[in-house]
Amino acid sequence: MKDNKLEVSAIKDGTVIDHIPAENLFKVINILRLEQIKETITFGTNFQSEKLGKKAIIKLANVFFKDSDINRIALVAPAAKLNIIKDYKVVEKKVVEVPDEIQGIVKCVNPKCITNNERIITKFTVVDRIKIQLRCHYCEKITDPEHLDTFR
Amino acid sequence: MKNRSLVSITDFSKAEYLKILEIASEFEKNSYQNLLNGKVVATLFFEPSTRTRLSFESAINRLGGKVIGFSDANTSSVTKGETLYDTIKVVCNYAELIVMRHPLEGSARYASELSKVPVINAGDGANQHPTQTLLDLYSIKKTQGKLENLNIYMVGDLKYGRTVHSLLMALSEFKANFIFISPDELKMPNEYKMYLNKIGLKYQESKDINESLNTADIVYMTRVQKERFSDPIEYERTKNAYVLKNEMLAGCKKTMRVLHPLPRVNEIDKDVDTSNFAYYFEQTENGVYIRQAIIALIMGCK
Repeated sequence: MKDNKLEVSAIKDGTVIDHIPAENLFKVINILRLEQIKETITFGTNFQSEKLGKKAIIKLANVFFKDSDINRIALVAPAAKLNIIKDYKVVEKKVVEVPDEIQGIVKCVNPKCITNNERIITKFTVVDRIKIQLRCHYCEKITDPEHLDTFR
Repeated sequence: MKNRSLVSITDFSKAEYLKILEIASEFEKNSYQNLLNGKVVATLFFEPSTRTRLSFESAINRLGGKVIGFSDANTSSVTKGETLYDTIKVVCNYAELIVMRHPLEGSARYASELSKVPVINAGDGANQHPTQTLLDLYSIKKTQGKLENLNIYMVGDLKYGRTVHSLLMALSEFKANFIFISPDELKMPNEYKMYLNKIGLKYQESKDINESLNTADIVYMTRVQKERFSDPIEYERTKNAYVLKNEMLAGCKKTMRVLHPLPRVNEIDKDVDTSNFAYYFEQTENGVYIRQAIIALIMGCK
């Protein structure tokens, strides 16, 4: 039934990002810099989801992401699924993967870290992909999902 | 190690630690060697640290180098609002090596990425202080004759003490057996205990310093800092509970030595100073040789 509803406002070509936790929709929008995209974008949020409680969906007409770009959202939407649409048909499904290294996107949790005191692009090594533990390249402290804050 | 920065203890390998220790013992025999021959080294101390700065400057002078720099951010252009980025970009044109102490964590790594000359981290906030760790290793090797399979007691603030964290990482290469003695609030963080579990090293935890120190090869004391406690009464109670006294050392191995990164407040009673177990002042002398070795290796003159 859900799928049928999606079909109604279906896009001809583009990408549908599904299974975004509703509370992180705007983080995903920021991380993917969707404000810079001129194509038609549809957002829906607070849909009921068995897995996530409330989920959000983004539909982007004529937009196709590189894997390295889309993986950037794995931190805030680890269960996200992508449907690649060509001529109204789903031609490919993708899941996101937490990368080994993360640049930018995330703020270091440590207020005494140099990255929170000078203009520096943050850099993290992912030391645990499951629990999402990020070690700051500079101050070596761990940022975890509970304290995860992204740049605007 | 030539032209490499030293920011974290894990930047160097076990083989490199041993090389540094070997060169340090050469400097201990013959400390005055004109290897730098007038080369300029910048010591940038954005926060005061008398001991570390003097130790570095002594090492540079003994190597025949010249020192420029500042010992307090108040006498530098930081007060005018200059960024660390700009300071480093400028100073690396004036010197062939930068020694830096900075209150912000990660500042040394950042500086090493900006600078065209190597950077030695002399302490970045609560993060790393690798030359302290190497001088600790040197002191342990010198007093015990080896680094392998030693019983290392760490006492005091094991939560925030950067020296114990770095020393743990370094000694884990030598199969140390760790005993952690601290109040509950200041226990060794889980990430380090998990690391020891992962590499299969044993450790024990205790709250009681009065338990037997008889098996200890090294007792590594640290200062319990007032600012770590939210409750001042708790601090007063705790600081007196982790004081090492001479009478506690009665049953210890004769070869056991007490180390401390200093400054000390009251955590080692003065009556320990005159015992054979005290080694914390000799430890500072070792710091000069270790820093000579590190500088000589990075500058490519050893």
